Amino acid sequence: MNASSLPRWIDIGLLPVLNLIAALTVAGVIIAIIGENPFVAMGVMIKGAFVYDGALGYTLFYTTNFIFTGLAVAVAFHAMLFNIGGEGQAMIGGLGVGLVVLFLDSVLPPLLVVMLAVPAAAAFGAVWGVIPGWLQARRGSHIVITTIMFNFIASSIMVWLLAGMLMAPGQMSPETRSFADGINLPLVYEVLQMAGFSVSRSPLNLSFVIALLACFGVWYLIWRTKLGYIIRATGHSERATIYAGHDPAKIIMLVMAISGALAGMMSLNEILGVQQRVILNFTSGYGFTGIAVALMGRNHPIGIVLASLLFGALYQGGAELDFEFQTITREMVLMIQGLIILFSGALAYLFMPAVVRIYSSLRKPTGSG
Amino acid sequence: MADKTISKARGDDSSPLAISLENINKTFGSVQANKDVCLSVVPGTIHGIVGENGAGKSTLVSILYGFYSADSGTVAISGEPVRLRSSADAIAAGIGMVHQHFMLVPNFTVLENIILGHEGGSDLKAGARQAEASLKSITERYGLSVDLQAAVQDLPVGLQQRVEILKALYRGARILILDEPTGVLTPQETEQLFDILGTLKAQGVTILLITHKLKEIMAVTDFVSVMRSGEMVDHLQTAQTNPQQLAQMMVGRPVLLDVGYQAAQAGQAMLNAEHLTVTETSGVTSLSDISFSVHQGEILGIAGVSGNGQSELLEVLAGIRKITSGTVQIGDRKITAEQPASPSEVKRLGLAHVPEDRHAMGLILPFTAAESAVLGYEYADLMGGRSPILSPAVMAAHCKTLMSSYDVRPAEPSLKSNLFSGGNQQKIVLARELSSQPDILLVGQPTRGVDIGAIEFIHKQLFAMRDKGCAVILVSVELDEIMSLSDRVMVMNEGKSMGIVRKADTDIQEIGLMMAGVTAASPRQQKAR
Repeated sequence: MNASSLPRWIDIGLLPVLNLIAALTVAGVIIAIIGENPFVAMGVMIKGAFVYDGALGYTLFYTTNFIFTGLAVAVAFHAMLFNIGGEGQAMIGGLGVGLVVLFLDSVLPPLLVVMLAVPAAAAFGAVWGVIPGWLQARRGSHIVITTIMFNFIASSIMVWLLAGMLMAPGQMSPETRSFADGINLPLVYEVLQMAGFSVSRSPLNLSFVIALLACFGVWYLIWRTKLGYIIRATGHSERATIYAGHDPAKIIMLVMAISGALAGMMSLNEILGVQQRVILNFTSGYGFTGIAVALMGRNHPIGIVLASLLFGALYQGGAELDFEFQTITREMVLMIQGLIILFSGALAYLFMPAVVRIYSSLRKPTGSG
Repeated sequence: MADKTISKARGDDSSPLAISLENINKTFGSVQANKDVCLSVVPGTIHGIVGENGAGKSTLVSILYGFYSADSGTVAISGEPVRLRSSADAIAAGIGMVHQHFMLVPNFTVLENIILGHEGGSDLKAGARQAEASLKSITERYGLSVDLQAAVQDLPVGLQQRVEILKALYRGARILILDEPTGVLTPQETEQLFDILGTLKAQGVTILLITHKLKEIMAVTDFVSVMRSGEMVDHLQTAQTNPQQLAQMMVGRPVLLDVGYQAAQAGQAMLNAEHLTVTETSGVTSLSDISFSVHQGEILGIAGVSGNGQSELLEVLAGIRKITSGTVQIGDRKITAEQPASPSEVKRLGLAHVPEDRHAMGLILPFTAAESAVLGYEYADLMGGRSPILSPAVMAAHCKTLMSSYDVRPAEPSLKSNLFSGGNQQKIVLARELSSQPDILLVGQPTRGVDIGAIEFIHKQLFAMRDKGCAVILVSVELDEIMSLSDRVMVMNEGKSMGIVRKADTDIQEIGLMMAGVTAASPRQQKAR
């Protein structure tokens, strides 16, 4: 018996919740050991993520990053490709945004520049995804290895460019000059304030809406189009795909392009949403966390939105935790995030054998009688 | 029931039973693979176990060989209750096993393979010398001659199997379990195996023969136990039963073992293969100089021991594998190495393909039946042609239609493909391919792992296609299947055609010789081309 014989609600609902509870329990024990009340800490974290002024906006801002990188991992995973390269693809996506804006912001009107920068993020990310895809499809280089390598290459390229050619003149830090005024995605609080609501300041911007649209797009692609069908077929059985008359190599490259494009669009949130210049390491590990998000969300867009929300809340609430308690340091917060990634990512199926046993023993009496 | 049949046959002999299983139960998740299974095997007899795929034979054997432990029940070997926790326990209890897929190291010699795991200390040379001496007495006693210094990979399959038997005997086995031993053998090799089994039996070895071939049960066993859905249906003396009765017990209802061949009138040639040769990237020639044609309204059977190029031939014809030289002509289209055809082009030329391996190719197991039922036909007219959208409703409706006309059970399009039985999975593939109304049909192993009831249905469908004027190419390792369906038979050995014979002019003996590589150059073969 395996996961496929469990009802869906257990696989995508109960198991992630169990993993989360396990992670929080372990985190709670550690917080108790250092002498704080874990329940109070939990309360602070929840308030920090959702209740305090502007907290929700920040939480959703982080959520946006995770949705993009989580979707990127999920799309590739449907073709059974483990794209670890979200981080690098996001960096290169950001580079794409930067190049378009830096070249054009003095020539074209801001709105037009933004409209060109959005597809540039996707296109640059796609290129960074499709190269490992090509290496896998045509040269048999394993995608896990190549995408990890491409993260390093992307990182080096960014350092080289931001500390060299693209570095703002008269600057000491590795970043580009700021974009011209008006070249940014509309911030949600500004739009809401214009509509007459009083909302506190947060970096939440239009990227969040783009992320939600991307979720729908991915769902539609995977489950409602012939291409999605062929992508899933490739993931399950390459031989069957060849038998059916499709070329798995083409599918692999296409899927890696889509995956890279999604990861690349993460840069919209950070670069075009907030920073308005390209800075080094703006991806700060969101690409890697996307793997945990996709695992926890079971590669389904709805699951990914929920998992992203959880991780967004952890980032924002964790910062609050660091702020409120002297004993709980930033490293401590990272550890809690690490535990959640560990339990919902690496140990995602820790509880499955037990759940399967309990489920089938509960079902047997009704099944046979 | 077991004890009654067995004790009646044994008379007053009171020596302990070689194997005695009582009330064995084994559950995997919610599936009960063995339900209160009892088995009594008399020492020095050949005892057959028959049952369809999934009847629980393999589970039972695995329990007996220590791979699984039973949830409940007792095992006694030669009267002694034993707990078999590993195959080492089983070997210690005197049980030897010959697996369907041999467990041999190909580049080791026969001797090295036999002593593997029983090297006799750190001095390999001394151990080997000792083993050689004791093997000599074993081979003489059982008449199992084989060159101990030959590399296993150079031996024919029949001899490799003999090495497996030797290995078990060398480890002191008094009970030998053979799991589907004839699946890879030619008819002649099968006969040799049965001779060996006879000698072993005469020397007091007890043999448990697991098979789905009723003919073999009738030919060599003394007793037979029939399993169905995890339970023992009955234990019989082989002399007092017949294949028809056994088949009925296996399936649970009367079945037709032979749907009845009627000769058909063949029409014009639909597919011509000329000097077809395929060389793999590894340099191995998998097909060499194959020429044949298949006509409207005929079934051309491709016989051969598994792995002699039949699979490659099917894949080449289906466009999956590239031709190295030679041509395949379908209608006006000449497919060559320079002008290859993709699987989708071949499909457009009116060819449909029921692949040999339905798990890896024919279906996508985690897909729903509705999804599997459009595999390769995503862009067919009934799925909306070139439209990029795949409608779940249209897929489900299409699948429902196929299911009702091919009697797929359960007729539930949203059920995952891997939850259907082998027979029903095969019906889904068959329904999908036949509903495209092909002019040429490639069929590989149509009834492998398929229950007897479904075999009858599938054979009838193939005859129906033939009678509608379809040109059918049938690949099967079941010689009986080839013989009962084909109008003509091409025999393959090591990637070469050993000739094409008319079914009416040949018999199983001649085909068996050709399978073994003997070109029976009788004049009537030429006629059949």
